[in-house]
Amino acid sequence: MKQSITLGKVTKFMGLGVLSALKDLFTGKLEKKDFKTFLRKGVVPLASILLFIGLWHMGSTSLYNIEAEFKIEKALNDQGPEAADALRTCMASGDSSCQPNTLPSPSQVWESYKSLLRDHNIISADKAAFIEKTADLNEKRIADGKDAITYTGRPSFVDQIFRSLQTVFAGFLLALFIAVPLGIFIGLSPTIKSAFNWFIQIFKPVSPVVWYLLVFMIVKTLLIDSNEDSSFTISFISVGLCSMWATLVNTAMGVSSVDKDFINVAKVLKLGNFQKIFKVVLPSSLPLIFTGLKITLSVAWMVLIAIELLAQSPGLGLFVWEEFQNGANDSNAKIIVAMFVIGIIGFLLDRLMLTIQNWVSFDKTDAI
Amino acid sequence: MSTILDHTKTNSFIDNGLFPSNEVMLDLKKLKKVYPTPKGDYVVLEDLNLQIRKEEFVTIIGHSGCGKTTMLSMIAGLNPISGGNISVLGKHIKGPGPDRGVIFQSPSLMPWMTSLQNVLLGVNKVFPHATRAQRNDIAKYYLQKVGLEDAFNKKASELSQGMQQRVGIARAFAIKPKVLLLDEPFGMLDSLTRGELQDILIEIWNKEKITAVMITHDVDEAIFLADRVVMMTSGPKAKIGDILDIDFERPRTRKSVLEHDDYYKYRKHLIDFLEH
Repeated sequence: MKQSITLGKVTKFMGLGVLSALKDLFTGKLEKKDFKTFLRKGVVPLASILLFIGLWHMGSTSLYNIEAEFKIEKALNDQGPEAADALRTCMASGDSSCQPNTLPSPSQVWESYKSLLRDHNIISADKAAFIEKTADLNEKRIADGKDAITYTGRPSFVDQIFRSLQTVFAGFLLALFIAVPLGIFIGLSPTIKSAFNWFIQIFKPVSPVVWYLLVFMIVKTLLIDSNEDSSFTISFISVGLCSMWATLVNTAMGVSSVDKDFINVAKVLKLGNFQKIFKVVLPSSLPLIFTGLKITLSVAWMVLIAIELLAQSPGLGLFVWEEFQNGANDSNAKIIVAMFVIGIIGFLLDRLMLTIQNWVSFDKTDAI
Repeated sequence: MSTILDHTKTNSFIDNGLFPSNEVMLDLKKLKKVYPTPKGDYVVLEDLNLQIRKEEFVTIIGHSGCGKTTMLSMIAGLNPISGGNISVLGKHIKGPGPDRGVIFQSPSLMPWMTSLQNVLLGVNKVFPHATRAQRNDIAKYYLQKVGLEDAFNKKASELSQGMQQRVGIARAFAIKPKVLLLDEPFGMLDSLTRGELQDILIEIWNKEKITAVMITHDVDEAIFLADRVVMMTSGPKAKIGDILDIDFERPRTRKSVLEHDDYYKYRKHLIDFLEH
């Protein structure tokens, strides 16, 4: 059985059908009856994005004016009319030293995005140069049994994105390895279920901040002799513990609610426990397990920012916090850039899980 | 127990020379099933006695809710026995096992497996010492027998209801059970598909001669397939109401059965029973 994989199939599989509609539009393959779908799926979202940016622009302009007027008023009252006039001309000139600090406009955010990318290019060039410079020296040091010299410069925005992704995947894997086996045991045995039920009910609603503090208490003591930075360990464990509950509950539910017919077939064929679990129970609960994993990944990404911020672990959360503390005139714009990056990555992670879920699931009805 | 027709007198299996073997394959003695309810016990089956000979095909007919399925799932070992006992070749059954193959009302195939894998699931269990190739051959043989030679590697979820039930038939025969239990296997199919599957079932059965107990709601199906039709009284406390011997020669064709003089006599007997 051969199935041709086309762009249309792949994008539809990933829930990105609008991409293939766009392709059809440019290749002239779009039929008239598809045009309505294209309008709804392509044009309407585009229009709403433009509308959103327009509203944002208007909102930020009016906030800018409120803040500016307040500042000028204050200068007028404190320092007299000349200072107020000076401030007014300074603001109009666009000088960054006297700009009101408020919600940045879309264009400012776009500028910040570009400046972050420039910054990244400078840093990675710097890094590459450093590596090239120290390559020979490092070889010698390793040969002598010494540690290699590593680049210790400031991480760029892109580096921090990758650091955050590392943390979230480590946390996600931790959640997967704890929650799926535990969920299977809980789903299979009512005894184990009643042993763990109170535990789940009480710890599930605990806030990420408290999880962080708990993990901090434990890991700090365990790694007391280590000189290494434990912030990564602490943050990924916290992320894992915060996010594993959805998978745990879904796995237990999936395993305990396997179709009775399948269980009867397994009984009639007298399958052993191992075969019963791996050939019948697990495959049939895979869709629910994956629904749980999908929620886990999105929760992990959501709590990651707060936990990185608390743990001072490098990543987007720390980036946001540092920019907020920094208070430079483009800090607010950088925070908004980070917000969009966080949102878009969260969306892509969700699509990734959906794709895997569709791929492993026997039930081909659309998963949400 | 009413005996309307003469040949129902030959019920007792001992003096019946029509059958290739008189050995009792399945023996239900004083079978009882009680479901406890808040208002006291609900007795589904009571004092139910039935003997089924080796290589016999018995269909069971009765009103909905009379306990037919309960009885069948007790034979399969999926439902605990409240009183009396069930034995296969003289041995009391304890729980389910592959000596009693079941074809369920819904095909109950694992939708994530191919039809071949579904059949192999049982074959691997029953023939653990056979080589992989031998087991594959067994599974493929029975899938061919049910007309699925082109669908070995199709996922069960891609098959139609009728095709799925064909896999169900292949799966049940492939484990070579002593007794085959069929719980209204064609109840969910349209009448054309149902006829096709009856033909397939009886064709394989003619070859394998596995003792079969089949529940059905369909009077014509009951007559066409069976050596004996067992009529159950309505519950609660259901038991065997009457047994009708079907003396058509095997192998049968639908045409020969329909044209047989006794056909309408049998049919009237069953309908009379069901309407009272």
